[in-house]
Amino acid sequence: MTAALLDVAAATVRFGGIHALTEADFTIAPGTVTALIGPNGAGKTTLLNAITGMVPLTSGAVLLDGADISSLPPHKRAEAGVVRTFQNLEVFTSMSVLENVMAGRHALTRYSVAASLLRTPGFRRAERECREAALDCLEFVGLADLAHAPAGDLPYGKQRLLEMARALAASPKLLLLDEPAAGLNSKETAELGHLIRAIRDRRGVAVGLVEHDMDLVMSVSDFVTVLHFGHPLAAGTPDEIQANPDVIKAYLGEDD
Amino acid sequence: MFAGAPQYLVSGLTQGAAYGLIGLGFTMIFNTTGIINFAQGEFVMLGGMLSVCLLGAGLPLPLAIVLACLATAAIGGLMERLAIRPIAGAPAVNAVIITIGVSILLRGGAMLAFGKDTHALPAFSGTAPILALGAAIQPQSLWVLAVTLALLAALKLFFTATIQGKAMLACSCQKKAASLVGISVARMALLSFAISGLIGATAGAILAPITMTAYDVGMMLGLKGFAACILGGLGNPFGAAAGGLVLGVLESFGAGFIASGYKDAFAFVVLLLLLFVKPSGLFGKAGVERV
Amino acid sequence: MKLPVIGQNAAQAALFLLLLLAVPYTLPNEYYLSICILGALNAVIAVGLNLLMGYAGQVSLGHAAFYGLGAYATAIATARFGLPIPAGMAIGVSLATVVAWVVAAPTLKLKGHYLAMATLGFGIIVSIVFNEAVDLTGGPSGYVGIPRLALFGYEFASDHSYYNLMAVVLTFVVLLSLNLMKSRTGRALRALHVSEKAAASLGVDIAAHKRFVFVLSAALAGLAGVLYAHYLSFIAPASFGFGFSVQLVVMVVLGGMASVWGSVAGALFLTALPEALREFEDIDILVYGAILVLTIMFLPDGLAGGLSRLSRRLRRLRRQGDAS
Repeated sequence: MTAALLDVAAATVRFGGIHALTEADFTIAPGTVTALIGPNGAGKTTLLNAITGMVPLTSGAVLLDGADISSLPPHKRAEAGVVRTFQNLEVFTSMSVLENVMAGRHALTRYSVAASLLRTPGFRRAERECREAALDCLEFVGLADLAHAPAGDLPYGKQRLLEMARALAASPKLLLLDEPAAGLNSKETAELGHLIRAIRDRRGVAVGLVEHDMDLVMSVSDFVTVLHFGHPLAAGTPDEIQANPDVIKAYLGEDD
Repeated sequence: MFAGAPQYLVSGLTQGAAYGLIGLGFTMIFNTTGIINFAQGEFVMLGGMLSVCLLGAGLPLPLAIVLACLATAAIGGLMERLAIRPIAGAPAVNAVIITIGVSILLRGGAMLAFGKDTHALPAFSGTAPILALGAAIQPQSLWVLAVTLALLAALKLFFTATIQGKAMLACSCQKKAASLVGISVARMALLSFAISGLIGATAGAILAPITMTAYDVGMMLGLKGFAACILGGLGNPFGAAAGGLVLGVLESFGAGFIASGYKDAFAFVVLLLLLFVKPSGLFGKAGVERV
Repeated sequence: MKLPVIGQNAAQAALFLLLLLAVPYTLPNEYYLSICILGALNAVIAVGLNLLMGYAGQVSLGHAAFYGLGAYATAIATARFGLPIPAGMAIGVSLATVVAWVVAAPTLKLKGHYLAMATLGFGIIVSIVFNEAVDLTGGPSGYVGIPRLALFGYEFASDHSYYNLMAVVLTFVVLLSLNLMKSRTGRALRALHVSEKAAASLGVDIAAHKRFVFVLSAALAGLAGVLYAHYLSFIAPASFGFGFSVQLVVMVVLGGMASVWGSVAGALFLTALPEALREFEDIDILVYGAILVLTIMFLPDGLAGGLSRLSRRLRRLRRQGDAS
């Protein structure tokens, strides 16, 4: 196996006395779609939050490309290349669709405050690049024709796409999707599957996928890791996971 | 140097009880509507000024106070009906600005109706101080503490034993769910403004014999009440009452041991330091953010 | 319409400046000019406060303190210590900036009503100091003898010259604010207003951006403060109290949140309103309160929002007119 892009080693997260995550190992190889599944309350979102720095690790480490990012705040991790979407949509509703995606390029659009006050040529160039890159991302997810609509007016499914475009605009190495199919109808879910593959194949971005929709998970993932009550239960290809007796037991409940 | 301490404690608790009541009024409205009512201080002013006015008209003191409190409760209800309900659904900051506008109206109205003079209400049961524990306690202080405790007990009963109170609690937890089970959120908002008016006016009436009252006392008292409920943790009525006591005592000790001109500053400095250490107040729930 | 060379913002600002400079020729007397100067000063603070409140979503109920810090610092520096006016002004703006920088870190961690309380408390503490530090500030009766503004040997002695200066200052503040909001900084501020975690997940340093916009808005309030002191040559703590902080918030909301032009309109409107109500004599305060309540009730998104709705409706009417 090639060197992992993301390597979460023995991650433990405790809230007060509750163990939300215990000694979880999780790796994502470059150029793959790796799913993280498990029953409700298994700690999937907690793991995602720990990777992106939104909850602190009690112990363990998060490595990106071999570098330890465990102590970095969320925005530094984004700069390092880990960007995520949210289970409950977090679209910037007061801004236009295009502005949302341009905000996604925050870390890549570099000029001083003074330059923006004076609208220097360097500022204009950087803004033009930012705009073009944002439009390109909108094109990629199929929202280009809605670029100037207020983001809050988009229907639910399109807001999901917008979040993905916004995250892609940050040019991540690793894109983490938190239940992207939640609330989507079956047609939209199928399109989402195509999009996730396209992100991997055409953009070369590794994808970490937290999802309940097993058809989606099994059809797009290269690898699957199963979490159960905060513990890692199994990891492997979709076929291996579907045949794993521990996983089947965890999902269907034990018969005694 | 701590010779004056018992005295400061008593006057601090007295003042603090009133702040607590004012904070309680803020909390009632905040819990049902999410609005910080900047006219709360004017309810307090109205309680004092209307009592003075009705007393001057020849009514006996207890009747004057009861009528003043009921009238203020009615004004609170009217305020909700005429100015707050019509903008339901607008951002909370708009409602806050409306309450500022209403407070200007009430203050201006009071100035026109009662003039700019400062008035005092007679103490409820004489002014001969009671000596105890090294402090001279004004009988009115005992009235303030007793009325505050009685109101708190009544409120506790209201929330736990009456259907209206339980409905109001439900509103503060989950507006949508409350309306789904058939609670009229609008009626609860009206009720919370009326109760707030009642509580605020009571605070104003019991405080008026000690601190005097005038058309413009509302703003500072309102601020103190707001500080009390932030100190106690916004949304927790009994936290607000406790926050008021803490604030009153702090202020009183600040005035006694530091320069009296800086007494308000002292209380606010402590409040700020506390917020920096405990960003959700003394008894507030720590902000558990769901990602 | 595209204006690539000078930019749309600059074109609007230039038009605005011309409009402002023309105003004095339409006024019947000097008194109205002084109202206009105060209006422009308030507009500078309101625009700054809107960057903080309207765009970044962080409430401040203590901005009058920064206004006062600027005013008192330059007053004391020039009138008592005899420093040159530009030095006094620099000290005034710097003081407001530095105090904001220090206050920002612990304060901006607070959210919502707790933030409002903390800024309110800060404002009250500062205003108590203005009142109580009598040796330094002159106490409640105020500070007199502040020199009238003079820069590079030119004294802005007449109100007309001072007004022209204010017109230029306000225009620059508006222009720079418009430019800033149409940049990565503006997008980041609006983003963190809606969702801090989403903004952080895209690489926005939340704490740094909040602190930046807080300090910037305080600096603008400080700038207005020094210009106020050198205009009136007399200042008193009553001008920098909680009441004025609230009035500033009202200007921002009444003008329209997240609209630079709205804040200008809100500030001018609210400064002129009490003057316009003079003829109501005793009941002017009632009319003022009523106008405030009614404006918010009928223009929930402020003057700016109301205006843009009006222009949309007019355009639609015209289209219908063309069609028929």
